[in-house]
Amino acid sequence: MGSTTRSEPLLELKGAWKAYGEGEARVRALDGVDLQVRDGEFVAITGASGSGKSTAVSVLGCLELLSGGEYRIEGIEVQQLDPDVLAALRNERFGFVFQSYNLLSRTSALENVALPLVYAGVSQAERHQRAARALERVGLAGREQARPNQLSGGQQQRVAIARALVNDPAVLLADEPTGNLDSKMGAEVMQLISGLNHELGITVLMVTHDPTCAAWAERQVVFKDGRILRDERKAA
Amino acid sequence: MKLSSTGQLALSALLRNRMRSVLTTLGIVIGVAAVLMMQSLGQGATAYVAEAISGLGTNVLMVVPGGTSRGMGGMTLGVPLFTQADVDALRLSARDVGHLAPVNTRPMRVVASAINRSTSVSGVAPEYFEIREWGVQAGRLLSKEDERDAAQVCLVGQTNADALFPGEQALGRELRVRQMSCRIIGVLEAKGASAFGTDQDDVVMMPYSTFSRRIIGTDRVAMFMVSAVASDRIDAAKEQIVATLRRRRHLPEGEDDDFGVRDPREMQALLTKVTGVLTTLLAGVAAISLLVGGIGIMNIMLVSVTERTREIGVRLAVGARARDILTQFLVEAIALSAVGGVGGVALGLLGAVGLTKGVNVPFVMPTFAIPVAFGVSVAVGVLFGVVPARKAARLNPLAALRFE
Repeated sequence: MGSTTRSEPLLELKGAWKAYGEGEARVRALDGVDLQVRDGEFVAITGASGSGKSTAVSVLGCLELLSGGEYRIEGIEVQQLDPDVLAALRNERFGFVFQSYNLLSRTSALENVALPLVYAGVSQAERHQRAARALERVGLAGREQARPNQLSGGQQQRVAIARALVNDPAVLLADEPTGNLDSKMGAEVMQLISGLNHELGITVLMVTHDPTCAAWAERQVVFKDGRILRDERKAA
Repeated sequence: MKLSSTGQLALSALLRNRMRSVLTTLGIVIGVAAVLMMQSLGQGATAYVAEAISGLGTNVLMVVPGGTSRGMGGMTLGVPLFTQADVDALRLSARDVGHLAPVNTRPMRVVASAINRSTSVSGVAPEYFEIREWGVQAGRLLSKEDERDAAQVCLVGQTNADALFPGEQALGRELRVRQMSCRIIGVLEAKGASAFGTDQDDVVMMPYSTFSRRIIGTDRVAMFMVSAVASDRIDAAKEQIVATLRRRRHLPEGEDDDFGVRDPREMQALLTKVTGVLTTLLAGVAAISLLVGGIGIMNIMLVSVTERTREIGVRLAVGARARDILTQFLVEAIALSAVGGVGGVALGLLGAVGLTKGVNVPFVMPTFAIPVAFGVSVAVGVLFGVVPARKAARLNPLAALRFE
């Protein structure tokens, strides 16, 4: 392999550690993690609760900074960046999907999906156009004006996925995306996420404790006590 | 993020909590309205005083016995009154004095055919009416002949004409003042209340000679009304009066005057100062309610930031910068206070019209007061919005997202 940009990992953690709290209560959520994620991968991150998997995703999504070690996005060291640059990274490179959807209440699906575009400085007309397209992609065409409380859990999660998609991100970060859904709705959401990975080439990092969900991914990283226990690729 | 988007965002957030927004705004509405109303009331009172004093005439001095240090009118006990000789001396030696009218006034009971009432009875020289620029609405004024002959004639003010002869003509009727009967030869024009609130139409006026000889039995002069030959000579006239009277009253050099020359312009200046202080005081009290309104905004914005912590987390996660969050909450606070400002100006104008009408002073609303009131309310929004907005902007994205 030559040293082309292609070979550079999209995301890379090196000796990463993250601690919370002070003194006796100090907890090392991440304790020396090395992880490389290449463009287009679909990675499931599993492990018991408190194993550090959610912290890893928060750090990868620039929601938090490391206490020590290195985090590089396309070779750029994140730790030194200005908070406004981190905000721009979250806006342009990442899409987030949460277990509890985190949609703005009393706000239409369309406006919810368009939210990242507001901070990207996109005009209102274009915001609505792109948000409508994203809603169509997740199978919610026609529900643009529905408010979160008028939608089922699965539909709400699909609105959240549309919001994560609307800015054409390189990476989708999903934290227990099916955690609040029944198995049928969960399967629909997994189908959708898998499609985004295969059809749009979006890199997906998904935290889950559900083996059926993890089975959708082609690579599984297992965390234990803030360290990576196993890192396995599915046999092709 | 564009400012227009921020405005829309703030507006929709406020509309989502309509009742709360209205109540919060009410604090500012009341504060701004109170400031405007008190401003208007104070200014109205000032205008009222100015008008009432200028109602004395534009070119008037009053010469009264008693030292100037004894206040307005005040104590005259033991101080000699003026004499007829003083009047003659002033006429001769005070060159800039135009008209000069001795005045004696006593409260007395007067009797018409069936009705009697207490009123203020004055003996005045005919020049009095020229000095005060006062005319009759019916009949005629006092003449030089009336004065010379100590004629048994009088003028009545509007209040007496109405009270003593209800539904009848007062002109030509007889009026008994103590033991003397006099014929009403004129009804004075209505003048309204004086600067001190007394009814200037509750009067009976008769020739000075008639009053002093036939009623009170002394020709001592209680006071003069004086006008200068021209209104720009009024200060010169004042000096000449003082010099003449000091000489006549044998006051040695260095001793205080035992009489006063009152200039209504001085009274006006004093009263304007008093009403000015009053206006500031009232507006200050009202400003406190505006402050309370501002604290109300801060309170609600802090509650709102806490309630919307997850929303802030979501916004940060999808790319909002700290300053976008700061702007959003600041604009919300300013929108609340600005809407309150508009409402306060409207309510304040209405209230000021009603209030000034209620206490019977002219309605005055200084034009600068409205933009200033509005500006202050917006400033209150900024001032009390900054703390909650900073609190929101400083949230950690992950902590905000996980907030329950």
